[in-house]
Amino acid sequence: MKKPSLICLVAGLALLPFAGCKQQAGNAIKIGEFASLTGKEATFGTMSHNGTLLAIEEANAAGGALGKKLLLLTEDDQSKQGEPSTVVKKLISSDGVVAMLGEVASSRSMEAAPICQQNKVPMISPSSTNVRLTEIGDYIFRVCFTDEFQGKLLATFARKSLKASNLAILTDTKSDYSVGLSRDFRAPFTAGGGKIVAEQTYNGGDKDFKGQLTAIKAANPEAVLITGYYTDVALMVRQGRQLGIQVPFFGGDGWESSKLIEIGGPDVEGTFFSTHFSPEETTPAVQNFVKKFQDKYNQTPDAMAALGYDSAMVLIEAMKRASTTDGPKLRDTIAATKDHDGITGKITLDAQRNASKPAVILTVKNGKFKFVELVKPE
Amino acid sequence: MTEFLQQLINGLALGSIYALIALGYTMVYGVLRFINFAHGDVFMLGAFSGLYLTRALSHALPSQSLRLAISVLLLSMAICAVLGILIERLAYRPLRDKPKLSVLITAIGVSLLIEYVGQHPSVFTPSPHTFPTLLPNRNFQIGAGTSALVINSTEIIVLAITAFLLLVLQFIVHRTKLGTAMRAVSFNASAAALMGININVVISFTFGLGSALAAAAGILYAAKYPSIDPLMGVMPGLKAFVAAVLGGIGNIPGAAMGGLVLGVVETFMGGSSFSNYRDAVAFAILILILLFKPSGLLGKSEVEKV
Amino acid sequence: MKRLNPKLLLVIAIVACFGLSFVAHSRLINAYYLDIILGIGINIILAVSLNLINGYTGQFSLGHAGFVAVGAYTAASLTTFGGPSFLAAFGGAKETVGVPALFLSALLAGGIVAAIAGFGVGVPSLRLKGDYLAIVTLGFGEIIRVIFQNIEAVGRSSGLKGIAPYTTFFWTFAWVVITIFTVLTLVHSTYGRGFLAVHDDEVAASAMGINTTRYKVTAFVVGSFFAGIAGGLYAHLKTFIAPAGFDFMMSIEIVTIVILGGMGNTPGVIAAAILLTLLPQGLRIIAGTEIGGHSLRWVAELRMIIYAALIILIMLTRPQGLFAIHGLKPRQSRS
Repeated sequence: MKKPSLICLVAGLALLPFAGCKQQAGNAIKIGEFASLTGKEATFGTMSHNGTLLAIEEANAAGGALGKKLLLLTEDDQSKQGEPSTVVKKLISSDGVVAMLGEVASSRSMEAAPICQQNKVPMISPSSTNVRLTEIGDYIFRVCFTDEFQGKLLATFARKSLKASNLAILTDTKSDYSVGLSRDFRAPFTAGGGKIVAEQTYNGGDKDFKGQLTAIKAANPEAVLITGYYTDVALMVRQGRQLGIQVPFFGGDGWESSKLIEIGGPDVEGTFFSTHFSPEETTPAVQNFVKKFQDKYNQTPDAMAALGYDSAMVLIEAMKRASTTDGPKLRDTIAATKDHDGITGKITLDAQRNASKPAVILTVKNGKFKFVELVKPE
Repeated sequence: MTEFLQQLINGLALGSIYALIALGYTMVYGVLRFINFAHGDVFMLGAFSGLYLTRALSHALPSQSLRLAISVLLLSMAICAVLGILIERLAYRPLRDKPKLSVLITAIGVSLLIEYVGQHPSVFTPSPHTFPTLLPNRNFQIGAGTSALVINSTEIIVLAITAFLLLVLQFIVHRTKLGTAMRAVSFNASAAALMGININVVISFTFGLGSALAAAAGILYAAKYPSIDPLMGVMPGLKAFVAAVLGGIGNIPGAAMGGLVLGVVETFMGGSSFSNYRDAVAFAILILILLFKPSGLLGKSEVEKV
Repeated sequence: MKRLNPKLLLVIAIVACFGLSFVAHSRLINAYYLDIILGIGINIILAVSLNLINGYTGQFSLGHAGFVAVGAYTAASLTTFGGPSFLAAFGGAKETVGVPALFLSALLAGGIVAAIAGFGVGVPSLRLKGDYLAIVTLGFGEIIRVIFQNIEAVGRSSGLKGIAPYTTFFWTFAWVVITIFTVLTLVHSTYGRGFLAVHDDEVAASAMGINTTRYKVTAFVVGSFFAGIAGGLYAHLKTFIAPAGFDFMMSIEIVTIVILGGMGNTPGVIAAAILLTLLPQGLRIIAGTEIGGHSLRWVAELRMIIYAALIILIMLTRPQGLFAIHGLKPRQSRS
């Protein structure tokens, strides 16, 4: 067989990382991004990346920042544990980026954050909602709300709008997002006098939930909270309705995707979920963004894309305000972000470096998402 | 009591799908003494071919009609039968005389290859696709009020088709010449060859039949859980393997029984407070059976001859 | 020619690692390259340890990631929860004496607990062969993962963060040397004959009076001990671990290295580990470059497809592995 040449080819590939191929940038500002472009969570990662890229290109078209063009260096972490720390080290040590954008999944963000913190490189996560992320250090920021905030608002929504005081919760034990959101919902809900009559768990990727749903039906809740992702939620709601569960289903931003309606069909009518933004919002900024995104990528943007866009914009605006890309000064300026006009709302970074901004509650009506209410942070 | 009965119905519906996939595993094992790791992925390909066939045929045949559903089912079974035969020809046959370990590893390789090609952006992509409704969905209630039991029309169809295919399989294996040849090869391959049986044809036929069953299972699964993605076959494949072992690998009614038992146990676990460990249950059952009764519930002990 | 005393070689190698460590952690090598180098070391330990189970003893284990997880979580829990009070006892000598003592103890604890898990997996699996063993070990790997997913103390599915970054070049490669030494010594001893006998024909071996149980369990225990060590090193390199990362895919990646290197061929497996650690990084560079305005990212997207195809091709054409110099000869089958 052509064994020797195969080995040479593979060996050549293997030695590439050491060839010192530094990204030649000339006179540009290098911004690093790590995202899941392949692997299990590629759909979320690519959406987020597309939004970020759109923002960078827009900024460059308007002249860049500090008189230089912006160069986005993106690395794929393959949705795998262990990869984010490697690629972030590459971006910081080999490529010399001045700031980091990423990631969607809290676990992967938390893996990379200590490295950014240690190297004094500001990191802005577009959509990691786990509370513990920004606790890692003062160089770590996020432009989305935390699960603590989302849990609280869902608890209020359940009590006030759904008028439900007896609830069932379904949690995806495989997902740290789901476990966290359920936990952050339970506390304010029970503190406000609510009662959890049934709690069941499932594994993300499962298809059959009739076991859990039958147990829930027997407990007679007034509403059912599912803190997981749309892929499983759609099937769950269908099966729940099939079993005869008539009460409202609701959940968090993991529900948001057009596939929810596609897979769920008529069964998801009348369900509710909280999320970061609604592509229906009639503000010119949102409509503009939606149109530009559709023109460039031929798909409708979702919350991941919008947050990816906002994370980049917050960074660029801070750069301009700071007039420098120096780590500590840039960090201070990012921390002072106030009322930044984002696609996902007015972004103010609070003392814990989380975004203090409203969330929207959407429902499904006539096969489309419909805006229900805006929930402001206290 | 209602809850118990409802869970029982749920479990049987889930179990019948495991049973269908397990039939394919057990048949191939019976004839070849080898576990086709890629079986779960043929199941997935069956579901996807059902998706694309429905799209292609919905111009010619009225949607949600019986004719469309049956055509899609039969055509997918045919496509996957061919695929199964191809895989056997290209990846397993060259290794027939080599150590068992080699073909096991190759099977893993084939499984991974199908999964990763499926996940590629230009093929199916990793995101789930919606499987179209082939037959209208209706809920039937037995009893009334809060103690009513619900069963879905799709679940009834799944149970019916599984039972039907099981009978067809039993007929093929026990009443046809090819089936007898299959059984001969599973007892003693070299003796069968000496008696004039064309081993290659029998093996190809076995793979084809097993893959067709997997495809049928894929479509029924997709009809029940209309969200399909390239990795959908991994867990059901593993669980069906457990079911096949539970019933006695190589034993066709055993595979069916194993599937039903596993489905019921899993469903009850899912509804209990131990639902966290639902996935682990299948493996725990596997380990227990292999420890205490390795030939399975319906199998006979095989003495290893040297 | 005088044969070098292996034990002397071992000591020399460890001292060399100590010396090289200063170079590795100096300014000469940036953090990214260091990360890759340490990754290579960890993968070598994983592959060589799995090779003992799969390659030499012929027990096809698909659950190695489970042992890695056990080692990782044990070591990380000890340093994270027990570390501060342990180190406080050292006072001023915290850095020089305290940390190494802590880390070594944590690693060893991780290895031992993983070895116990290996024992727990090995014993029930005794009667199983080939396919059954593969699935059962896969099942054990999954069960271990599910267990960690449900332990509140280590963060359940959110994982354990803030693990102290104790892994250095010295620690990693000292253990690489120890692992290779141990495995090779075992293999070239009576135990090694035992492993090979079990691998070739279990029935004949036990008919000859060889205690196949002892050899199989030994292979599992030793293999999982080193997997646990690798897990501890991994945890203190990445500083963050979560149950989802120790899944079936990790086991498959280690198995791929062993297959590529040649089962039962330690030098081949080491070479394969180096190659397969560097390959994704090399592909990363390719993916980031452009030729004539077209991005080459599609090459990276094909990575796993290439891996899978490689497994099939190797099994069909060169089952002794890519680097076989004197690996195990493929067995003749009997009808």
